[in-house]
Amino acid sequence: MTTLQDPPATEDRLAATWATQPGAAGWFTALNHKQVAQRFLVTAFVFFGLGGIQSVLMRWQLGSAESTFLDAQTYNELFTMHGTTMMFLFAVPVGEAFAMYFLPLMLGTRDLPFPRLTAFGWYIYVLGGIFLYSSFLFGQVPDGGWFAYTPLTGPEYSPSSSIDFWLLGVTFVEIATIAGAIELVVLILRYRAPGMKISQMPLLAWNVLVTGIAVIFAFPPLVVASVLLELDRKVGTHFYDPAAGGESLLWQHLFWFFGHPEVYIILLPGLGIVSTIVPVFARSRIVGYSLIAVSTVAIGILSFGVWVHHMFTTGIPQLGLAFFSVASLFIPIPSAIQISAWIATIWQGRAVWKTPMMYVVGFIVIFVLGGVTGVMVASVPFDTQAHDSYFVVAHFHYVLIGGILFPVLAAVHFWMPKITGRLLDERLGTIGFWLTFIGFNVTFFPLHITGLQGMPRRLYTYAESTGWELTQAIATWGTVVLTLGLLMTLGNVVHSARYGERAGDDPWGGETLDWYATSPPPAYNFRGIPEVASRSPLWDTRPFRPRYDPATWQDELREPRAPVRQVVLTSVLDAAPEELVTLPQKSWWPLVMAVALTVALIGTMIDVYPLALTGVLAAVVTGVAWIWDRQDQR
Amino acid sequence: MPAEPAPVAAPAPGSVLDPVGPEAAQIAGLTWFMIVLGGLLWLATVVFLVLALRHRAHREPRANDRGAKAFIAVWGVVVPVVVLPIVFVYSLVVGVQTSRPAPPGELTVEVVGHQFWWEVRYPEAGVVTANEIHVPVDRPVRLELTSADVIHSLWIPPVAGKLDLFPGHTNVLSLQVDEAGRYLGECAEFCGIQHARMQFVLVAQEEEEFSEHLRALQAGPAEPGSDLAEAGREVFLAAGCGQCHRIEDVSEGADFAPDLTHLATRDTIAAGMLENTRGNLAGWILDPQGLKSGVRMPPSNLSGEDLQALLAYLEGLR
Repeated sequence: MTTLQDPPATEDRLAATWATQPGAAGWFTALNHKQVAQRFLVTAFVFFGLGGIQSVLMRWQLGSAESTFLDAQTYNELFTMHGTTMMFLFAVPVGEAFAMYFLPLMLGTRDLPFPRLTAFGWYIYVLGGIFLYSSFLFGQVPDGGWFAYTPLTGPEYSPSSSIDFWLLGVTFVEIATIAGAIELVVLILRYRAPGMKISQMPLLAWNVLVTGIAVIFAFPPLVVASVLLELDRKVGTHFYDPAAGGESLLWQHLFWFFGHPEVYIILLPGLGIVSTIVPVFARSRIVGYSLIAVSTVAIGILSFGVWVHHMFTTGIPQLGLAFFSVASLFIPIPSAIQISAWIATIWQGRAVWKTPMMYVVGFIVIFVLGGVTGVMVASVPFDTQAHDSYFVVAHFHYVLIGGILFPVLAAVHFWMPKITGRLLDERLGTIGFWLTFIGFNVTFFPLHITGLQGMPRRLYTYAESTGWELTQAIATWGTVVLTLGLLMTLGNVVHSARYGERAGDDPWGGETLDWYATSPPPAYNFRGIPEVASRSPLWDTRPFRPRYDPATWQDELREPRAPVRQVVLTSVLDAAPEELVTLPQKSWWPLVMAVALTVALIGTMIDVYPLALTGVLAAVVTGVAWIWDRQDQR
Repeated sequence: MPAEPAPVAAPAPGSVLDPVGPEAAQIAGLTWFMIVLGGLLWLATVVFLVLALRHRAHREPRANDRGAKAFIAVWGVVVPVVVLPIVFVYSLVVGVQTSRPAPPGELTVEVVGHQFWWEVRYPEAGVVTANEIHVPVDRPVRLELTSADVIHSLWIPPVAGKLDLFPGHTNVLSLQVDEAGRYLGECAEFCGIQHARMQFVLVAQEEEEFSEHLRALQAGPAEPGSDLAEAGREVFLAAGCGQCHRIEDVSEGADFAPDLTHLATRDTIAAGMLENTRGNLAGWILDPQGLKSGVRMPPSNLSGEDLQALLAYLEGLR
């Protein structure tokens, strides 16, 4: 009996259709979601490394009082670039990157809905990141903080080009993020495997869906805010200039209207990864699926109502603060539901203690503490003490490193075998976990105390008489341990990619369709698209044997008549198959478009407006060509 | 390069949990409440997690998930729904009490933030000084905060929560200090290259001492007490110091540099960075950029003689 995945006896047209053209031309025109997502992943981790080096330098400076290791200007540049890199160039893209690689697999489709947009997003992301970092070459490194408060970042107090590098570079990267979000939202709503009702899709899909919608609403305000500030700087408008009737508080409202959802945009994919890994290693279906999905949506909505809690000390009246305090105090409830659901799931099953699970457990321990301090800083009077102190530094590193880095490391240990086909070394992974977990806590726990001892953030140095040296020095030594742990994980990944034990298709006894594909997956992911009727398709029948009816659309997908890349479009709620959609094969336009926009960016940066205009016109022409010239056939 | 900076004269920052005023005391109480409650909830969550993980020793899968669902209902919904409103109401009460503005009749001090120092004005007494705020103990004080350039934030951890200094706005911070002493005040909002070195000293004094201090500041500047100091005043004017720094009856100054009329009464120079000693003053005058890169004060190349005269003059500005 033939099954859904058997290759045809004759010419394998499917494999030929999905193969990437060899050579450099193939590399630059590749569109497949796994190829591009791998580039996203590698790029995100390179930026993580850069942000990490910056943090180690800063920790070295702060390890002793009156240190002269770094000067004031360098320190300010480093904390600006560290925050900017980690937030914009690592945390958001890495979540999208995992989703871009694995969601099409988990949802049982072959690619993202707009392959050229995927490639464009990566080019924009890389070029924006390089643009931002090129500020080091010109000695104009941004130094206004990742929050870039006006009027400090306005033309009067930051006359050099450093803030322009920041505004333009970050805006570029945001475009990439928005592009990725649109793709993922459409993917989740319209490209799920036939039969996979919205109430049956993996929880990661719920998390990424909410994240994507939040990105679409939260990022444009920052783009607008940045454009207004750039106008203030380049054209002499006065949006943020109080001396000319502008308002510097406006920047804070716009920035945090983006900035707080941003925290959840970073966090939600992490929670989704945890919801994916917990059932597999608890050996139990997730308990409270609907509650988790609903609370994910609730977090997405509430996250737009809490931005003023970053502004409790700006002098806004108490009544206004009380509203945002309530919203901020209640946003932990959906998180508490999720954490309880994971613990309940672990209790329900028989947990297997492997590295992905270790990182998940480490995540819960760290993240709950970050949640507790989060409730504390949501309390207005306490926040007037804690705000902009090291207490907040400790708090958000617990939330962000706990909330995204630990889930990402869990995902690395969980999914690398799928990407490379080889297992990571479990012993190295265990040592790496413990070093990372202990190093993290030794670094960041003492900083709560430093904050309560009255140390503000963003100080390049402090006097010995302050009494902050002890906790700061402990934190510095913690960073050494943390760095060792992360390097060990890096070594493990690099080593195992080549020498690791063969993983097989499903090393963990997975629940979702990604483990139904081979490891590594072929470019087309699945020869035949499986029909799905439950939340845990791979656990319903072992081995998984999806229904195969050669006379239907399934057969057309298995052996396409024409050499075109096809996927199934399904309905939003019930995922009833509607039609076969043809995706483009390859394209130069994403690269050309990204380069044209970069020319516009550079022209704006160096005030050569004819150059900027040329770039914009080239982008418009490219846009027309993009729509006109679609290569569907090989 | 100048010599290493002398030991800092500014006091150590107090702890948020070691309050010396009613505002900070209320917040400290709230803080302890949340630390203990939050700590217990965190600990309980970790214990549940460990217990759940230990269940793997059991061989039989559980018959149903009723227990698991009950756990979610209790730990995920009921407990937060009970605990969070308590935290909110307690916070609201403390918030209202600590943010109640001191009555307008009370002592008002205007504080203007500058990159990277604090201008301090007592409007009723007509006094202008810098980087040192004197207040009487056991009495509410209104600090009216604004900024001349970028956003700053004023924070004295053991006394009160922080409040921002915004260009174009005035924010009112009410505080009261119950224990006489010297407290470190800090800038808590990143305000540029020397944000770290933007500090001040809050001096809480008995009522009589405070009035005496204010009277001393109200008086005009001390006349030079020696020929050397007399010559120093000429140096001050000839070298252009007076174009930025105001000394009552001597120079107009500009609004971006501290008033030096009573410089010698202050414990620190350079916004809390250096003890106000002859040596530090000399080092600061010659090479402020070396000590605190990015401040607006330019270096000077006074001759040794002129410098000695200037120091003698400045040291007499009581």
